[in-house]
Amino acid sequence: MTPAVSFQKVSRHFGSVHAVDAVDLDIAPGEFFAMLGPSGSGKTTCLRLIAGFEQPTAGSISIFGERAEGVPPYRRNVNTVFQDYALFPHLNVLDNVAYGLMVKRVGKAERHKAAEEALSLVRLPGYGARRPGQLSGGQRQRVALARALVNQPKVLLLDEPLGALDLKLRENMQEELKSLQKALGITFVFVTHDQGEALSMADRVAVFNDGRIMQIGTPEDIYQRPSTRFVADFVGSSNVLPPDFVQRYSGQHRWGSLRPESIRVGRAASGEGVAARLVSTNYLGATTRLALDADGLKLHAVVPAGTVLPREGEAVVLTFNREHLHLMDEPA
Amino acid sequence: MTIAALNANPAPAILPGSGGLRGALSDLFWRRPQLLLLLMLLPPVLWLGIVYIGSLFALLAQSFFSIDEFSGLINRQFTLKTYGDLLQAANLDIILRTVTMAALVTLASAIVAFPIAYYAARYARGRWKALFYLGVMLPLWSSYLVKIYAWKLILAKEGILTWLLAKLHLLWLLDSWLSLPVVGGNSLSVSFTGTFIVFVYVWLPFMILPVQAALERVPGNLVEASSDLGASPGQTFRNVLFPLALPGIVAGSIFTFSLTLGDYIIPQIIGTSRLFIGQAVYSQQGTAGNIPLAAAFTVVPIVIMGFYLWGAKRMGAFDAL
Repeated sequence: MTPAVSFQKVSRHFGSVHAVDAVDLDIAPGEFFAMLGPSGSGKTTCLRLIAGFEQPTAGSISIFGERAEGVPPYRRNVNTVFQDYALFPHLNVLDNVAYGLMVKRVGKAERHKAAEEALSLVRLPGYGARRPGQLSGGQRQRVALARALVNQPKVLLLDEPLGALDLKLRENMQEELKSLQKALGITFVFVTHDQGEALSMADRVAVFNDGRIMQIGTPEDIYQRPSTRFVADFVGSSNVLPPDFVQRYSGQHRWGSLRPESIRVGRAASGEGVAARLVSTNYLGATTRLALDADGLKLHAVVPAGTVLPREGEAVVLTFNREHLHLMDEPA
Repeated sequence: MTIAALNANPAPAILPGSGGLRGALSDLFWRRPQLLLLLMLLPPVLWLGIVYIGSLFALLAQSFFSIDEFSGLINRQFTLKTYGDLLQAANLDIILRTVTMAALVTLASAIVAFPIAYYAARYARGRWKALFYLGVMLPLWSSYLVKIYAWKLILAKEGILTWLLAKLHLLWLLDSWLSLPVVGGNSLSVSFTGTFIVFVYVWLPFMILPVQAALERVPGNLVEASSDLGASPGQTFRNVLFPLALPGIVAGSIFTFSLTLGDYIIPQIIGTSRLFIGQAVYSQQGTAGNIPLAAAFTVVPIVIMGFYLWGAKRMGAFDAL
């Protein structure tokens, strides 16, 4: 099957800055694909390369099998939902949504009908006459989505679309986006720095760092089986274990990772395990996060709320199942 | 500083008292911000109200007086006779000529200013931006009269422009333009074309700066969004950039339009012997001593500008504000 978006050794260098460096990537049609990484990791530049706002300095990009280099954004059947929405302030909501059809010279009645339908799709029917300035952040977000979807793009690009929303709204929108993507069957490429968002929404995730892809895989792959220290640390802040430590438990001299929720914390007298000291506890509602110090190695554990805990500063013993200790591909 | 050192300092008072008269005054202003506002606004409001608007009304009142044809004295009785005089063919001619010139100058300024303003707002950074401001403002620092006389030399028959066109073997172009009715003349310096060129030159900065300010406020991602939605660069200009720059263009055109309507020096030095409103005012209040007619002439640009702004608002020029 032809991939929806395909990168072959794509680089985008700005002078000496390698924003994107020799990236290979295949996004399948109909896939919900997340690009995850810290700011400045190259994920947004990758999105802009697909949209056509940037041109690669090396390598080639194809969209549904067609070479995209040198094709301007307005000749790509790809639409973007911008981070700060980029709604046109001088047009009302209906004309904002109908803009893409207007520039394609679709008749007024027809494009307004399509725009009204797109607004219903994002659950904003009847908002057409308002100005973007009169809407809340969440509503603007939906208008931006409708404005992109009305063009029936082959690929929809979303640049941190939920970044400016509050937590509750963000959770709602995550579910809505996911079900919308399922219903429409459009390929979604979603850029985010929020690992929770990427894991919960995407079919596959690419983790970016320093202009390169560290790992591509299903959310489970990324979370359970990180291939590098960076991925282990960035996605869910796993405990990264040095080779010497790992060797004691697995027999192999390699970097390892251990999820905070895989660590059990017991009192010092309770038997075998890693001797450590409880540095501090952080109450997070459903869980409590513990900072631990195992002979200079800083570790984190997450335990369910209500667990009876030793006091801060006390000696504890840490235990975990061997199979939860994940060995990484990265050389020691 | 360690925590111990921090704790060693004597604790400051929770509500330290105000420090003398200045402290009391700033506390008063903090509690009653309207008082400060009133104090700050009083002088400019007095100036604007009495000196500025007041004298304008005095002028307006003058236009409703008339002049005694024999004695040349002003008859201080309300009459619309002076406005009737405005409608005489010769005076109407002056008004039409001035308004046409102002409209053309405004249009040309907008066309020339837009690319410059666009470059400055979108592309110029750091040193180039400073250079842009310098380039636009520099002509404003030198004397208006010197610039106009310099233009007279440039446009004169023996001037550099004629010389340059002769070198380029394009003199026939200039000659055929000058042989046209209305816009032509003996040389550019004694034609309406010359007047037009100098007007555009002198008022251009007043168009560039507001347009640049308006374009600067257009977020770059709106241009990207338009392109993303399938608009060609031309469509993006028509549907996004131009509507959002329009308040700036209107602001600039208020300057270019009203400054052209009122100017009397440029058409005096560069142009034909036919009068513009400014020159008419000058000669009516001076040699002719007809203050009421001069005042009535002055009211014309005010009325035109009023209609102009009303029309601009009706056309939605300020919707993007």
